[in-house]
Amino acid sequence: MADQDRFTDLAMEYMPALYSAALRMTRNPSDAEDLVQETYLKAYRAFASFTEGTNLKAWLYRILTNTYINSYRAAKRRPEIADVEDVEDLYLYRRLAPTDGSGLGRSAEDEALDTFTDDEVKAALESLPEAFRMAVLLADVEGFSYKEIAEITGVPIGTVMSRIHRGRRALQKALLEFATARGLVGSTPGPSD
Amino acid sequence: MVAAEADVSAGLCSGDDSGVDCNEAVHQLYHYLDGELTDERRRQIGLHLDLCGSCADAAGFEAELRHVIADRCRDHVPESLVERVARSIDEERRHQEDRPARTSGRPEA
Repeated sequence: MADQDRFTDLAMEYMPALYSAALRMTRNPSDAEDLVQETYLKAYRAFASFTEGTNLKAWLYRILTNTYINSYRAAKRRPEIADVEDVEDLYLYRRLAPTDGSGLGRSAEDEALDTFTDDEVKAALESLPEAFRMAVLLADVEGFSYKEIAEITGVPIGTVMSRIHRGRRALQKALLEFATARGLVGSTPGPSD
Repeated sequence: MVAAEADVSAGLCSGDDSGVDCNEAVHQLYHYLDGELTDERRRQIGLHLDLCGSCADAAGFEAELRHVIADRCRDHVPESLVERVARSIDEERRHQEDRPARTSGRPEA
């Protein structure tokens, strides 16, 4: 059982991560701040039920996620889909890599990745349907394991894996649009040329 | 789509001592980077990546992409939010102290 007096010492360091997640989910700074504040208050009240030594960050994310779903999300509509049928493995890599062979050292496609701005990557992530956005955010931005994500979001691990997989494809597709707009993509490669 | 994947990757390198071909390595790449493979599978894919330059390039790109996504999605926390959270916890603490002690409360000396 965790001591409530120690809550601030232990939990405050996660605020930047929680705030970023809240921004990606609500897509609105004012809602994101409310969501973070509500998350911390709920976490403080419930802290006695937290087992010290277990994953506090994941515990805080679970409260954030539940609070978001219960209070901030628009009324639940039909299950969302990510339209990624046309997105194959290594979608972005194959379109950013030059076809004229590889040089030594840092490759052109890795250089191209570096040119993505904060705003572009955030916009690409925020363009994903909610369930996929949450899965990719937890996996790729926060580095949670599939099992942790299943616990945080309360969905079966198979669903988590499918959402991460499809969400990443959708993200690559969104990023390619920014790359194309900036002329980083030369010719459109056919998958088999 | 499946045929296209086989074309691009398997055409470059058709298997090696790892017992894993490029097509398989590419399909397992995310699980590999996620650290979600069994030790044996991880060893096999890792060996393939050591031996196959084109798959290693692709893996390097996917790892770098993940790094870029994590790096770009950081935001500055407004000082006002830090203060607001601290204030709200403080108020809650005082509010709890005003109420009769519950079983979980530690008795003061």
